[in-house]
Amino acid sequence: MPASRAPPPEPMSAEPRTIRTEAEQAIARHFEDVIGSLPGGERVRDLREAAFDKVRRAGLPHRRIEEWKYTDLRALMKQAAPPARRPLDTAPAHALKDTHSPLEALDRYRLILVDGHFFEAVSDRAALQRVGVEVLSTAALLDGDKDSAADLLATPEAAAGDIAVALNAAFATDGVVVTVSAGASLDKPLEILHLSTATVPHAVAVRNAIRIGAGAAVKIVETYQGPADIAHQVNAVTAITAERGAVVGYARLQAEGDQTLHLGTTMVTLGEGARFDHLTVTAGAAVSRSQMFLTTGGERTWLGIHGAGMIGGRQHADTTLLIDHALPGANTRVLIKNVIDDEAKGVFQGKIIVEPDAQKTDAKMMSKALLLSDTAEFAAKPELEIFADDVQCGHGATSGRIDAEQLFYLMARGVPQAEAERLLIEAFLADAIDALGDEAIGTALKRTVSAWLNRRGTRA
Amino acid sequence: MTVLLEIRNLHVAVEDREILKGVDLTVNAGETHAIMGPNGSGKSTLAYVLAGKPGYEVTEGSVTYKGENLLEMPTDERAAAGVFLAFQYPIEIPGVATMTFLKAALNAQRKHQGLAELSTPDFVRRVREVSEKFNVTQEMLRRPLNVGFSGGEKKRNEIMQMALLEPSLCVMDETDSGLDIDALRVVADGVTAMKSPDRGIIVITHYQRLLNHIVPDVVHVLSAGRIVKTGGKELALQLEETGYAGFTGAAA
Repeated sequence: MPASRAPPPEPMSAEPRTIRTEAEQAIARHFEDVIGSLPGGERVRDLREAAFDKVRRAGLPHRRIEEWKYTDLRALMKQAAPPARRPLDTAPAHALKDTHSPLEALDRYRLILVDGHFFEAVSDRAALQRVGVEVLSTAALLDGDKDSAADLLATPEAAAGDIAVALNAAFATDGVVVTVSAGASLDKPLEILHLSTATVPHAVAVRNAIRIGAGAAVKIVETYQGPADIAHQVNAVTAITAERGAVVGYARLQAEGDQTLHLGTTMVTLGEGARFDHLTVTAGAAVSRSQMFLTTGGERTWLGIHGAGMIGGRQHADTTLLIDHALPGANTRVLIKNVIDDEAKGVFQGKIIVEPDAQKTDAKMMSKALLLSDTAEFAAKPELEIFADDVQCGHGATSGRIDAEQLFYLMARGVPQAEAERLLIEAFLADAIDALGDEAIGTALKRTVSAWLNRRGTRA
Repeated sequence: MTVLLEIRNLHVAVEDREILKGVDLTVNAGETHAIMGPNGSGKSTLAYVLAGKPGYEVTEGSVTYKGENLLEMPTDERAAAGVFLAFQYPIEIPGVATMTFLKAALNAQRKHQGLAELSTPDFVRRVREVSEKFNVTQEMLRRPLNVGFSGGEKKRNEIMQMALLEPSLCVMDETDSGLDIDALRVVADGVTAMKSPDRGIIVITHYQRLLNHIVPDVVHVLSAGRIVKTGGKELALQLEETGYAGFTGAAA
């Protein structure tokens, strides 16, 4: 066949699709509406446009996108709420009054955000400064339009194709940028508290960055809480860098209101010898996705990723991890526990990559689900991609009912069934919570478990 | 004498297979009964059906405990009403500290009996008193229930719980299995100390040696799902000499 008559080559990727669902169309309209008023100069605006281009091309992620196979956002997200405006300065006081925090009894520093906007006046910024922690608002940094603004919206390669992250870059209004100076050691945990006040559905896009200097030691808890019965949409991205020898405890509590859609992304880069212990507690939201992209940027890192999820009703909760081991000597432990009741659906996807240079990597990943009803569902997809030959890697996944023998033993000693189940559920989640290695934070987060079990008790 | 437990013509099936085929047994308050029998005779089934284990289907007969229909009571209520089963294989429960469990069990039973919950200091004192008798250490009490316990530790923990909960009817399922001679003595002394005029004890065992320590008033031989012989404590010694063969033959 003559070359001139050959058909044009097929594009490499699947055919480009245009935005078409109602939610996708609304998102595009919202972007046009707010792009002029979002923080940032020309440079930031270009980055936002580039990010939104990805959204335009791909649309919302759906079940044929491998990473979103079990969380078909296109189907689950029927509407796109308009972006949240900065609430009045009185909003934090109201929000704090209306929100019961499981961390109440914990002595801690607080940074308070309402509807995705940082409120410095009610936050412990000055006290943090005295112990070597600088706090800036994301909006201020973006408005500066310098390299630091571009860095803030930068996406690591591992998350480059992710539409939730792209949406966040396009719409991010505010957040906190926390810098812990090298060698600093915090005397008490820092809570980054995300609250919501609005009584009509809105969309929050919050971008946080936490840089922990070499040898510093910090405990951070990010909490997301919001009112019931309002279909808020929260897209939160937190990028964490732990430099050489830093020791970081980072917990995340997702206790959003029952109608909320929560897309949470944590991107972590670890320096040489850094230690990062993490716990995500998932209890709220109608639909939630908690995704983490972790990369080792130095040798001999320690990574402990733990999850404790408890969902019921028709909740959908997805935990997705991508852990890329690039350098030798990494130790990684993953333990994800989920309790699923009623018609709820839990998802765990965990991918561990060991690159050719990452010899002596020791990585173990485990997912366990406890199904409390016949209609509860759990999907697990653990994956290992290993390109180095001298490594120890393993994964496992189990899913099952409350152990009948254990239940019988407890009941045979007089413990009523509901209380026996409660003891067993608490025990099931406790080891993931305890694995964070911080008793005070662990005890506080176990209150979320107790509260959930109390609600379950009243439903039954 | 007060009848504590009355079993009449009890038939029990597990997964459609009949295990107990008409057991009759009466235990009066103050009595200690031994039930002996070869493997597979239905000893553990009898223990489980008294405790209310799911999956054990009573197809015929009745069990009356303190004048009430025991079979209609849920598992936890049987325990609260004073029926205690010491497990042959105590279950390990990771994540539930032994102390937490003991408090839940004791207070659940007290609540059922209309008593106030024990205060933490009172509870700790009660547990300490009892646990010392059975060499159950404070360290064991802090550990998750039965996790990492040796066979002997598990059995001592069972009998300790029995002493703590002060049941009216103690059913001991092969409590001697897996015990060395010293642990056997601790356990047996504990059970003997619990003998009282208003309590009944059923000791299920394969071997006679436990009965040297816990002396029974009545000995039954269970074979192929029926009690085929009943006698005094000398029956246990006779069994030790002749084995079960003669009795199982008689049953056939």
